[in-house]
Amino acid sequence: MNILSAKNIVKKYASHTALDDVTIDIPTQSIFGLLGPNGAGKTSLIRIINQITGPDSGELFFEGEKLTQKHVEQIGYLPEERGLYKKMEVGEQALYLAQLKGMKKAEAKKKLKEWFEKFEIDAWWHKKVEELSKGMQQKVQFIVTVLHEPKLLILDEPFSGFDPINANIIKNEILHLKKQGSTILFSTHNMGSVEELCDNIALINRSKKILDGSVKEIRKQYKSNTYELEFTGNMMGFTNAMWTGAELMEHTTEGEFNRAQVKLLGKTTSNDLLQAIIPVAEIHLFKEIVPSMNDIFISKVNEGNTIGTKSNFSE
Amino acid sequence: MNKILLIIKREYLSRVKKKSFIIMTILGPVLMAGIMIVPIWLAMQKPDKQNIEVIDESFVFRGLIPEKKFIHFDYPEISFEKAQEGFYDTDYDAILYIPHNILEGGKALKLFYKKQLGIATEEYVGNTLSKMMNDVLLTKNNVDLNLIKDAEESSRFTVLTEELEATGKSKKTNTGLYMGIGFGAGILIYMFIFMYGVQVMRGVMEEKTSRIVEVILSSVKPFQLMMGKIIGVAFVGLTQFLLWVILTFTLYSVATVTILKNIDMKQIQQKEEVMKVGSALNYTDMKAIQQPNEVTKLWNDFKSVDIVSILLCFLFYFLAGYLLYSALFAAVGSAVDNEADTQQFMLPITIPLIFSFVIAQNVIQDPQSSMAFWFSIIPFTSPIIMMVRLPFGVPMWEVALSMGLLVIGFIFTTWLAARIYRTGILMYGKKVTWKELGKWLFYKT
Repeated sequence: MNILSAKNIVKKYASHTALDDVTIDIPTQSIFGLLGPNGAGKTSLIRIINQITGPDSGELFFEGEKLTQKHVEQIGYLPEERGLYKKMEVGEQALYLAQLKGMKKAEAKKKLKEWFEKFEIDAWWHKKVEELSKGMQQKVQFIVTVLHEPKLLILDEPFSGFDPINANIIKNEILHLKKQGSTILFSTHNMGSVEELCDNIALINRSKKILDGSVKEIRKQYKSNTYELEFTGNMMGFTNAMWTGAELMEHTTEGEFNRAQVKLLGKTTSNDLLQAIIPVAEIHLFKEIVPSMNDIFISKVNEGNTIGTKSNFSE
Repeated sequence: MNKILLIIKREYLSRVKKKSFIIMTILGPVLMAGIMIVPIWLAMQKPDKQNIEVIDESFVFRGLIPEKKFIHFDYPEISFEKAQEGFYDTDYDAILYIPHNILEGGKALKLFYKKQLGIATEEYVGNTLSKMMNDVLLTKNNVDLNLIKDAEESSRFTVLTEELEATGKSKKTNTGLYMGIGFGAGILIYMFIFMYGVQVMRGVMEEKTSRIVEVILSSVKPFQLMMGKIIGVAFVGLTQFLLWVILTFTLYSVATVTILKNIDMKQIQQKEEVMKVGSALNYTDMKAIQQPNEVTKLWNDFKSVDIVSILLCFLFYFLAGYLLYSALFAAVGSAVDNEADTQQFMLPITIPLIFSFVIAQNVIQDPQSSMAFWFSIIPFTSPIIMMVRLPFGVPMWEVALSMGLLVIGFIFTTWLAARIYRTGILMYGKKVTWKELGKWLFYKT
């Protein structure tokens, strides 16, 4: 079951196309990463999902139903560029935003108190936003986003601007919310957090979706059957032992200590390789090199850009 | 719908709770009551008593110049030269020198002073002496002064204007009062549109620059946010206006009650004095006594104006004019990133406003001219110009046409503004041109 499906979304502005036939499906109770370089169209897509703007063509479905204004109450949105009314009191403002999401005042107040205590900012209820530090404001913004317990939580670059401590709090909250049944869509540049958190991703570059699927699958798909080894022994003997089943990609030698990267060829398995080299070397480390999302990201984006005529990096 | 109410409530409360709102609400009536009361107070101030020594070489005026409360004349038997020499040894404020040949068209009177005399004193001396000379010369030629006085009395009249209605009934009118009401109402609408239009613009810019707008837009439609703000600010304006009216009248009546006591006393004194002097001058003083009657007359005229319908029209033009312009102000606020960039877009909005204010002065002279007609029909100028014309009486159909067009006008500007707003509000870091604004009108949502 997909909580949200966007089918063949096209969005054009006067001079350029922001989204060109983009289709994504976000499975319920998962964490979905929307990746792509700056200016690729991520924020445009997120705004369309939030119904802040509409697509030129294409359709959106929320739990199988056509997405309409009534669904905004089941979506929570934390924009990349986020702010609050500076002159308004924190509590009053959070209440206002919660009510705009359709919450009853009393209920919103009760939940807000709980969250404020959890994030240790309950003393700030009557302070004006301009008196708060940036970190405090971000906590308030996060609370406001999740307060109405949305089924779908959309976070645009949630970790940018957060200090490491707050980023960690947010990360744990995201995982916690997922466990409780929420689905989270977030866009990010931070590939580390993608590997750590995301179940699925879609990669958008130059207004087109160029890659999507589950993170495990994608990494498996981009595996090059390469292994890293550390051993003591004779390098020459090692090379001969590999024979034709594998190819030595690179190696370093410090006396008896060797480090090597080996690519398996043909039907050779990792066990075959091990059997072949055990007689000639004492193995300290043997591990498969799985490409990081960062590597995949860079290679896919560059691949797209070299085909095109100009770079789409706007920054 | 519920959400737009939430927005209206926030916009309203956040402004009404501001210190600047409270200060303005209190200061406004104090200023306005001041404008009404200060002239009365000033009129009541007695000037310092001036002592003037008269050196009358012609012997015509000696001992005869009527005195006023603030002027006292002495007629010492000394020569002009001596008086000049000893001037600073005396307490006199001035020397009035009348040459001997004054009646034969001789040299002019001279008034020497130590410190500049008030304009009232100078005028009094000049007018009184010329009047006296006039009388003396007439008597000299055997003209009966009483005859002239009678003629003057009976030829004095005032123009009473009355509007003759088709039914044959006539209605007393007071052009001056109508001008006052019309112009006052026009100015109020002008001020209101400007003050609160700019507040709407600032509010939109605040949401845009603080970047809260995207959070809100994930809950409500851009149009709801814009209309909520416009309506919320309109209520702020109405509240302020209502408080001003109440406070001004309270202040004014408190002030006049305390001051009026003094006025009564003063008038009794004046009356007594007039009796005493009993000279040619009593005419001017009589007029002062008649003033309370003028006030009652003004009040009666005031009642002749159809106050209720003017008030209702005022409220309509007050709100509809504001709605028309504030939508445009909101569009400007959404299109720019900072206050400095507002200038280029503000100009076309403020021009019709300032223009109507300028032609209002013309319209008030001739409220039935075709210029007055057209500008009171065109939506952008009608809120001010129609209000100026209304007290003079405007045919029903013109008012209806003007109101109808104004409603269409503000629906149009709101539609236009909404299309610019929904794009502009999410557009950052781009210096927007007119051409760009035009393109936004045709974007799909």
